[in-house]
Formats: sequence, C-alpha cells, structure tokens
Amino acid sequence: MERAIEVRGLVREFKGGIKAVAGIDLDVEPGEIYGFLGPNGAGKSTTVHMLTTLLPPTAGSARVGGFDIVKQGPEVRRTIGAALQEAALDPLLTGREHLKLQLALHGIPRHERLARADELLERVGLRLAADRRIGGYSGGMKRRLDLALALAHHPRILFLDEPTTGLDIQSRTALWDEVVRLKRDDGVTVFLTTQYLEEADVLADRVGIIDHGRIVAEGTPAVLKAEIGRPTIEALPGDGTDSEMLERILCRFGALQPSTAGVAVRLDGQGDLADIVRALDAAEVRVADLHLHAPTLDDVFLAKTGRSLEGSGEEEPEPE
Amino acid sequence: MNLASQVFYLGRRSVIRILRQPANWVFPLIFPLALMAVNTGGLHAATNLPGFPSDSFLAFFLAFPFIQGALFATVNAGVDLARDIQTGFLNRLALTPMRSGALLAGHLAGVIAVGAVQALWYLTVGIVVGVRFESGALGAFVIFVLAVLIVFAFGSFGALAALRTGSTEAVHSLFPLFFVFLFISSMNLPRNLIETDWFRIAASLNPVSYLIEAIRSLVIEGWNAEALALGFGIAITLSIVGLTLSSLALRGRMSRT
Repeated sequence: MERAIEVRGLVREFKGGIKAVAGIDLDVEPGEIYGFLGPNGAGKSTTVHMLTTLLPPTAGSARVGGFDIVKQGPEVRRTIGAALQEAALDPLLTGREHLKLQLALHGIPRHERLARADELLERVGLRLAADRRIGGYSGGMKRRLDLALALAHHPRILFLDEPTTGLDIQSRTALWDEVVRLKRDDGVTVFLTTQYLEEADVLADRVGIIDHGRIVAEGTPAVLKAEIGRPTIEALPGDGTDSEMLERILCRFGALQPSTAGVAVRLDGQGDLADIVRALDAAEVRVADLHLHAPTLDDVFLAKTGRSLEGSGEEEPEPE
Repeated sequence: MNLASQVFYLGRRSVIRILRQPANWVFPLIFPLALMAVNTGGLHAATNLPGFPSDSFLAFFLAFPFIQGALFATVNAGVDLARDIQTGFLNRLALTPMRSGALLAGHLAGVIAVGAVQALWYLTVGIVVGVRFESGALGAFVIFVLAVLIVFAFGSFGALAALRTGSTEAVHSLFPLFFVFLFISSMNLPRNLIETDWFRIAASLNPVSYLIEAIRSLVIEGWNAEALALGFGIAITLSIVGLTLSSLALRGRMSRT
C-alpha cells in the first residue's frame, strides 16, 4: 500500500543560510498517528509548511497522499486538512460562517454545505456557539473550530501543528479524544507536531524526534524508551545525611544522572529498588524520598541530544 | 469551483467584515461630508474670485468626498488584508483550492462594493442639499462609475501595501501619505487660480487633481471631454499599475507550490 507521507532529504534554508530543516527522511503509513516531537525552533512547523505545500523546499522531495508536494500542490491540498500552529480565524465571522466559506472554497455543493457545517459543529461540540463571532471564543473553542475547518472536505491526511499549545487540560483531552476517533473511525492519517511529551506518548503510534532540523530518533514510544533501557532512581537526602555517602552508595547501582534536588542514577542492572533500599539501610543512610522513574520520551531526547526537551529550544525562523 | 464563485465568496466575506466594523463605514460616510460642510462654509468667498468656475462652492467641492471616501475605503481594506496575513488566515485560504487571483479579486470586490455604496451616498447627499448636476442624470451615473473606478485603483495600491509589508501598521501609515496627495491638489481651488507657484506645479503633477477635476467637471460644467479623458485615463492607468504590482506581490506572498 502507498505510504501516506514519504519524505526524502527534505531541506529548507532561509535567508542568511539558516537551515530550519536540514535534510529529513520519514515515512508515515496510512491510518497512522505520527508524532513529530521537538522543542521550539527544531523545524517542526517548517516541515509542516513544506508538507502542506505552503512553503517550497530548498532541496529534497516529499510525497503526501501519493502526490509530489512541489509538482502536484493542488492535488496535495485536496487530499489533506491542516490546523496550523495559530488557529487562524477571523474574529469578525461566526463559526458557521467560517465553515460555510471553507466548504464553499473546497467546492462542496451548496445543498450539502449546511448539513456538513452542522455535522462538523456537532462533532467538535460547537453547535451552541455556531452563530457567535470568533472574537468571543475561548482558546479551546478556537482550536476545535480549527479542527472542524481542517476536516471540512473529508481529508485522508490531517496535519495538526501543535494543536494543544496553550490549552487547559480539559480542552487538551477533548482534542486528543477527537484525534483518536479520527484515526479509529475514519482511518485518517494524522501528522501531529507537538512539544508535549505526554501528548506524543498518548496519541502517537510512532514518534519522530527532531532537533536542529534533523531527526535524531524515530520509532514507537515504547521502542524508543526501551532503547534508553533502565529506569532512573532519584533519592533526596534526609536530615543530617551526607550527600556524598548517598551518592557513593547509589553509584554502585548505575551511572550518575543530573538531578536538581538530590542524587540520581540510571540503573545498570546490578540491582533493583529493594537492593538499593537494603544498601542504604545497611549504611544507615537516611533518605527523605526515593523515586523510581521509568524512561520517558524526554529521557530519549536527553540521550539523543544531550539536553532535556522540556524548556529547551528557540524560536523557529518564520516561513517566508 | 470556478473563479467567479471564489471571488463572490471572498468578496462577501470582505463586505461582512466591513459591515461588522462600524468605524470602517461610518467614518467614510460622514467624515468627508463633514469636511465638505466646513470647507464650504469657510471658503464660500472663493466663488467671488475672478475666473472661479462656479457660483456654488458646494457644487465645486462635491468631488472631494468621493476621493476622500475612496482613501478611507482603501486604507481600511488594506488593513483587513494585512491582518489576514498577520493572523495566518491567508494560509488557511491558501490551503483550499482557491486560486491566488481570487483572493485579490475577492478583496477588491469587497472594496468596490463599499465604494459603490459610498458613491451613491455622496451623490444622494449632493442632490438633497441642492447641488445641480450640469451633466444631468447621465452625468451623475458617470460620476458613480468613475468613483467606483477610483476606489478600485486606490484599493489595488492598498492591497499592494498589505501584500508587500504584511503589516497593518504599515498600511495605516499610508493614510497620511494619501492625504498629502489629496491636499496638494486642486481640491480647494482650480489650478489656474492657485497663486503659489510650487503649489500650482505640485497640484498639476498630482494625478489626484485630475481625478477631482473629472468629477467636478460633470457637476459644474457639463460634459468636458478633456477632463473626463484625463480622469478616466489616470484612474484606469492607476488600476492597471496597482493591479499588476499587487498581483506580483501576491505571488511572492503566497509561495505555495
């Protein structure tokens, strides 16, 4: 079966020689949710702009829905839906007016537009707010309308560029549910960029981690975390406890890791939590708290780039 | 969907946006007429100047609101387009099968619709306050057509500014520049009665003078072929230049494949 998205050596260079995307390869299978994870400025949005035909690549090639993004732009656009980073809505129009305009521009016959608009509004839970101007919508409502607009013409492939950034937990969860439903019920392929580890972990079948314009890791979240392997144990010294002693004991069980509050080591298989507790007890070292951390995607990012994903990153150059 | 339908839907959105921003249509309807009332009261004595072409300064000055109204409509429309760029709405449109030309045409269709309403309003007010149109009803219709053409010409430059800069502030800053063109023209006096040399020369070089004089000729003279040829010629030339430049700017702005 033809891949939904196929990218080979894709590059985008901006004025001044800044390479926002420095040669990426990736494949997304039909019906898959592909999480594209990376900090601000990693090249996520630039990649999405290229794959959605809004920005021509400097080098490389990509096919979306079987169409070449450079030579078959209109065919790509007919195949995809996209909710870009900013929910670009007109504050003076109502939700229903947005949908009617979108449906009209997509060439949906007039007699189908009203019903389709109602269906989409119902689907994203905006039926009651449909005739209110967007200026009065909350951030979550705007995102939901953005999603409805992206779905207006029944796209096979959906691009969601940081769809939950700035949303509260409730709105974020509602959007996640909808993304899962799209995959499960409609078989839509979803290319989801995010800087939230949890989002990629919960939603994505496979994850690509991008940093400085290059993909540094790719696979299912489980496989990526398994690559990192062992969990980390972190201990906070109790009152009167010598931190150096604590560190010496923990180092018997693994390699020292950065920790802001106490001492942390990545276990190397020489012992488990019970062994550590016994060793600490035998040395009469008191600890205030002891945590066992399973590997996370942030650990994967740390292992691949040498820094933590959360809080890292810089602004991506604006696509021109 | 064909180009005409796309233009229709985008034009309708443009009109809806304007109607929902009262400042965008109240000021263009009222402010030029208020300025006309003030100037007519203050400059009425100018009609006593030897060679002044009319007994009624109101009739002489009626051309002014059409030009100033066009400036208002243009700047407001340019700001709306720049806002679409800033907010990313242009990208949303670019992701649909919409043709690039439809965006510009739809935008200008909205400007024209507003310009047409304004022109009708100024004509109506002119008639109500007793201005006599020497060229008759047909002349009033020609004024309407020329006014709409001027709005289209100015509107294409407003779109150009928006597409080149993508900034609402930059488009706003055009307003004083447009105003300079309006005030250094034959707006208040016929060019041959302007005694200050540099002003007369500047007014003669200023294309806005000829747009004003074309409208004015239909009100106070009747059918003046030369004035009309210059007025329509300049409006058409500005339209072609503005449309060409803004089309090129749109191509640069919408870099979709």
